[in-house]
Amino acid sequence: MIFSIVITGAPYSSQASASALQFSRSVLKLGHSIHRVFFYADGVHSGSALAAPPQDETNIPLEWAALAREHQLDLVVCIAAAVRRGVLDEGEARRYEKSGHNLASGFTLSGLGQLVEAGIVSDRVVTFGV
Amino acid sequence: MTTLHLINKTPSESTALGDSLATLSEGDALLLIENGVYAAMPAYAEHFTRLPRTIQCYLLNNDALARGLNDLNPDFAAIDYDGFVELSCRYSKVVSWF
Amino acid sequence: MSDTKKSFLIINRKAPYGSSAARDALDVALTISVFEQPLSLLFMDDAVLQLLPDHQATLIGQKNLSANLSMLEMYDIDQLYVCQQALSLRGIRPDDITLNITLLDSQGIASLIKQQDHVLSF
Repeated sequence: MIFSIVITGAPYSSQASASALQFSRSVLKLGHSIHRVFFYADGVHSGSALAAPPQDETNIPLEWAALAREHQLDLVVCIAAAVRRGVLDEGEARRYEKSGHNLASGFTLSGLGQLVEAGIVSDRVVTFGV
Repeated sequence: MTTLHLINKTPSESTALGDSLATLSEGDALLLIENGVYAAMPAYAEHFTRLPRTIQCYLLNNDALARGLNDLNPDFAAIDYDGFVELSCRYSKVVSWF
Repeated sequence: MSDTKKSFLIINRKAPYGSSAARDALDVALTISVFEQPLSLLFMDDAVLQLLPDHQATLIGQKNLSANLSMLEMYDIDQLYVCQQALSLRGIRPDDITLNITLLDSQGIASLIKQQDHVLSF
């Protein structure tokens, strides 16, 4: 079965991203596929490379990136939601003339069309929200 | 088309539980996750007494254990993330209430 | 764009302005309509407060949500539903709402959910 996952809660503020990670691991372990993980609203902070949680806490952006590497996952961060909240890739940093960029590797910025396309292609869309 | 209703808030944190209970259809299922698992405390049992028999109730065991919850409402079956995925497949869609 | 059609229901349950949920939902709705997928919008709980008229959102540095809601029909988003109970609980009469919207009770909402391929919650 083809899944897509939507995350609207910020990591460390809510359980949404951590729950979605565990759910996604089980989806893949059971032989299903994940068409896309879409980070929306405050969920975009899961794509920040600058998150520096204490050593004894889960590094959520790194965990997502590792899972994505292992399973060729498409981790898409909503560009409009991200840019507002200061999560930028190199291109957006240049466009808005910002001094740095912080989108973690393994993630891409793209539009809401990616969420809708994920819904069209997927058998199940599971939202982890707040 | 059946629905798996996913609830992640305590009964007093939001109207998530009440809304999902009010809009269930026969053959749907409830799954409590995150703070939603508190709804399976015996004190809240009355919320679920009028549910049709065709409604299955589940809770995510790790979320309950993480919160020190034991002796929960026996009408709820404790499942793990694999079980969560299996339920997502068994029901035709997943609706999140928060 | 794919030829496959999936029906989407967006469930709104939050009041406007205090959080981004209402705007987030609206942006998704407009995108779904661009993809020409069957779409319904349901307002429950505090989201019925989005339907009150006369917003002056610029006073709080935000964009006027109700102006955008009234444009939904232009995007052919006309399957609009509101929870009857949520309205009466807040003393809002159906006549107070300028949108062309269908009132639903709990049973109506249950069957609306049942018909969908995907439900997105905000």
